[in-house]
Amino acid sequence: MFRIIEKKILNPNVTQMVFDAPYIARKARAGQFVIFRVDEEGERVPLTIADADPQNGTITLIFQIVGKSTMKLNALNTGDSIADLVGPLGQATEIPEGAKNICVIGGGVGCAIAYPQAKSLHKAGYSVDVISGFRSRDIVILEDEFRAVCDELILCTDDGSYGVKGFVTNALDERIQNGHKYDCVIAIGPVPMMKFVCEVTKKYQIKTIVSLNPIMVDGTGMCGGCRVTVGGKTRYACVEGPDFDGHEVDFDELMHRNGTYREREAECRMMAQADKA
Amino acid sequence: MPNMSRTKVPIPEQEPKVRARNFGEVTLGYTQEMALEEASRCLNCKNMPCVSGCPVGVQIPVFIKKITENDFEGAYEVIHATSSLPAVCGRVCPQERQCESKCVRGIKGEPVGIGRLERFAADTHMKHTEAPPQKPVSNGHKVAVVGAGPSGLTCAGDLARLGYEVTVFEALHKAGGVLMYGIPEFRLPKDIVQKEVENLKTLGVSIMTNMVIGKVLSIDELIADGFEAVFVGSGAGLPRFMGIEGESLIGCCSANEYLTRINLMKGYKEGYDTPVLRSKAVAVVGGGNVAMDAARSALRMGADHVYIVYRRSMDEMPARREEVCHAMEEGVEFLNLNNPVKLLGDENGRVRAAVIQKMKLGEPDASGRRSPVPIEGSEYELAVDTVIMAIGTSPNPLIRTTTEGLDADKRGCLVVDETMQTTKEGVYAGGDAVTGAATVILAMGAGKAAAASIDKYIREK
Repeated sequence: MFRIIEKKILNPNVTQMVFDAPYIARKARAGQFVIFRVDEEGERVPLTIADADPQNGTITLIFQIVGKSTMKLNALNTGDSIADLVGPLGQATEIPEGAKNICVIGGGVGCAIAYPQAKSLHKAGYSVDVISGFRSRDIVILEDEFRAVCDELILCTDDGSYGVKGFVTNALDERIQNGHKYDCVIAIGPVPMMKFVCEVTKKYQIKTIVSLNPIMVDGTGMCGGCRVTVGGKTRYACVEGPDFDGHEVDFDELMHRNGTYREREAECRMMAQADKA
Repeated sequence: MPNMSRTKVPIPEQEPKVRARNFGEVTLGYTQEMALEEASRCLNCKNMPCVSGCPVGVQIPVFIKKITENDFEGAYEVIHATSSLPAVCGRVCPQERQCESKCVRGIKGEPVGIGRLERFAADTHMKHTEAPPQKPVSNGHKVAVVGAGPSGLTCAGDLARLGYEVTVFEALHKAGGVLMYGIPEFRLPKDIVQKEVENLKTLGVSIMTNMVIGKVLSIDELIADGFEAVFVGSGAGLPRFMGIEGESLIGCCSANEYLTRINLMKGYKEGYDTPVLRSKAVAVVGGGNVAMDAARSALRMGADHVYIVYRRSMDEMPARREEVCHAMEEGVEFLNLNNPVKLLGDENGRVRAAVIQKMKLGEPDASGRRSPVPIEGSEYELAVDTVIMAIGTSPNPLIRTTTEGLDADKRGCLVVDETMQTTKEGVYAGGDAVTGAATVILAMGAGKAAAASIDKYIREK
């Protein structure tokens, strides 16, 4: 059992939890993920690690409440425990050699993963700009945290209710055109966002790393559910990823495959809501 | 005078039509009377040819004799002296190619039903024995086992009986490996597996789940932590795909994924959250036990048509005979000498058909089996909404890529010497991680051999 040490509501749909997980905390590096299972009947769900504290033996997870499993997790409180937590899985993010100026882009709850990236890069002495994007003001997360670990934060909202109006892709394109030089872009967020960021960076030939979120069961290479096409080759995101060269990823296929269980997911959500009602 | 009946005492089974729609065990097991009758067919041969066919060397005629004497617990003890998982082996071993293939009774008629009798002894023991095995006195030496599958559990059990303090590290959330995620409930009830795991715990074996060795701890860290030897039984995890067009359509998955969702994650059961593909017509590609398991599971999940698409003929099919017969009785349709060349999708990107090419048999290949040769122009469309690939797996690279000094061959299988020691001192390996995908009993045999070598290694150190 893995105990919840702390729970914090970041916005109505996004929750942060700190778990007692000393083995994982000792090894976790930015870009790696865990798989959690709330209880005996629960699914195995992958989540990228948002932070790790090896001294205190804890890891932080930030998740959006999207389906039954995240609803079940969100229903727990400090002091409660979940059945299983396994990790760290996947490869840590690798920054290309010689890169100095890095732009980290986070979209929505993807900021939860973009944040530890910015933090570790900042600590390692890179020059880091962050572009974070949200639908509107009420769901903005991690603003102060980002400011503390970057040279410049450009916060965008789709509707202009906070920060700069527009998508992260517009902000990125504008900055590059205004003369900002980036050696590497790290984009983490919804698949369409990562796809469009890559279209921008491809124009300027800037190496772009994306963190993929395919469907997974075991997370150790056993099920093949997480296979993605990268550079025309089949790769297993759980063992070879989750980071890949964004210019090589077949995003349309990933989006499509992520819809495999959409009907069943919708049913589950409905049932879970009916339980609450 | 032995019972001279030429056929085995038939074993009760669920009716094919009924069982094809439920996950209850297919084979119900012998009653006491049936077991006594079948046991009396054994000639008790002096040189015990059957034992030479058993990878773990169960003293077969000895345990069968005990059954004839009504000493069922004694029979269990004989089996258990060499096999850690009797209830499992009685159910999943390919006896027709092992012990029973050597049985003298098989010369004229059917061999003795050794597997069925083994299962009877093990099940009787589980039903009637309350007292758990005693924890042996510790010898103070620590051994780590990586992977709680058949080889790891066997190795752990044997070492624990010798007094070693064994910790098993399992990547998944439940111990059992392929016995939990791969082999379906209707063939091997999961309660039985968990009971065997509990027995090991009472022997003093400690099992840590959710520990992916190579990630959370390395082999070198285990050694630094005071484990004097390590056994790697990490299995053959990575599923193979065919590399044909259409494999990324929704509705195409590996047998590993399909079976894990159903078995380990209990996706077939009401109240469990894991989704499983809901299929009307399913093509399972492959001819091994895993293909049979996937096909029979698909029937039980409600599919109207389930096809086995296999590129060779029935004679080359590697699956256990009983599984093939059961699948046929249940209504699985066999398309032998058929091979998919392409999958077709509908407007939503879901599988709607497989394009299948017919094959004929050519010259024997490296495996000694006649190799399939495509018949040009024979392609046809098979309407299916699900395609499950059961064409094999390769060893998981997690350990070999994170442990220095551990050599693997071209296929990625760990290299071991005749004592099961890898190229790294004190690190032993066995099971599918060494052989590539094979059987439960061969993995158990390897775990057993490694346990003996580890004991010798630590005593002589």
